[in-house]
Amino acid sequence: MSVAPGTALAVGCASCHDCGLLARLPGASGGSARCPRCGAELHRRKAHSLQRTWALVIAASLCYLPANVLPVMTVTSLGQRQSDTILSGVVYLLTHGMWPLALIVFTASIVVPLAKLVILVSLLISVQRSSSWRPVDRTRLYRITEGIGRWSMVDIYVVTILVALVRLGNLASIEAEPGAVFFGAVVVITMLAAESFDPRLIWDRSDARKR
Amino acid sequence: MEVRPAGRLVACRDCDLLNRLGEVPEGGNARCRRCGGVLRRRPRNGLERTLALALSAAILFAVANTFPFLSFDMRGRVTQTTLLTGVVDLYDQGKAELSALVLLTIVLAPLGQIGLLLYVLLPLRWRRVPWKLPQAFRLLRHAQTWSMIEVFMIGILVAIVKLMDMASIVPGLALWSFVLLMLVLSGAAASFDSEAVWERRAALR
Repeated sequence: MSVAPGTALAVGCASCHDCGLLARLPGASGGSARCPRCGAELHRRKAHSLQRTWALVIAASLCYLPANVLPVMTVTSLGQRQSDTILSGVVYLLTHGMWPLALIVFTASIVVPLAKLVILVSLLISVQRSSSWRPVDRTRLYRITEGIGRWSMVDIYVVTILVALVRLGNLASIEAEPGAVFFGAVVVITMLAAESFDPRLIWDRSDARKR
Repeated sequence: MEVRPAGRLVACRDCDLLNRLGEVPEGGNARCRRCGGVLRRRPRNGLERTLALALSAAILFAVANTFPFLSFDMRGRVTQTTLLTGVVDLYDQGKAELSALVLLTIVLAPLGQIGLLLYVLLPLRWRRVPWKLPQAFRLLRHAQTWSMIEVFMIGILVAIVKLMDMASIVPGLALWSFVLLMLVLSGAAASFDSEAVWERRAALR
């Protein structure tokens, strides 16, 4: 691995992933070292960051289509059955004049998962091509990706609450459908993908290119 | 080779640049000079404030999980729901994965977050070092990632709007404690100063 000057790696140190302490790594021979303060294992960089992130991003992309095409729930009311997808849920809110809420759900459920996937893929490609293009902005993009993922859970909770509340047999009942399972998978897997990506790689590679 | 702490230098978590960290004033933070990542946040009275908020969160959590949070009234037929009924219903409908996900993010992770904060902060308050502090810390970090009370609130809002046409919705006691729990728990997470915990442990040794 190339070593950029001024970084912890350049002086044979690493910050502990758990408590943030800067600790000296053992020599080039490798072997595992533990943080002197909290005992966590020290890593120069997150282990197998690129492979792991790619794998998770691909898995999430595979779930993305069924999550948006399959219904997330079915409403049965007086014998009539109506299935809702993520998008039709947004349209329902919009046609009922609740556009602020529609905007929130649209952003959280449709824009955020897609944006996360696109950003992670472009970060992965830029790191693999040792790009030196605007590392500060790419790091910022990563931080945003890491922070917003949780908000996509909104639709899962909506389904949960509706299922729990509307249980009146033939009069009215709501059932969760497979789309919700895929959707939950997208949220969880993209969160794991963001966590496994190591933003320091952006800097390692762009530093290496500069010299 | 012996592993030694390397003084007051810190490496940025986002770009690995070494920064020399001076004294960070209370209520301020220090950022990496290259990428702007946060190196150290130092909230005012971090540990005391977090302890107070975690204690209130514990009480609110108990209330939020015992009482019904919404009642649904359709032509005189009323159903009530607590947090856990949703989890159980999803499980009954054969959606065990979803049920587990909701249980984790709404019940277990917040519970873990509150419990671990108290576990770490209560003994420190009485000048004792909690047993297995580093392990508790690691768990706390995971609990914080997966605790999604604030997202759940938006979910409740959307669900209420969707049901307005169908029936009347009556908010229950648990709903209000849930709103408070969300505020208190975000406050506790924001004011928690992990560096101060390590400093206090070092001082007590």
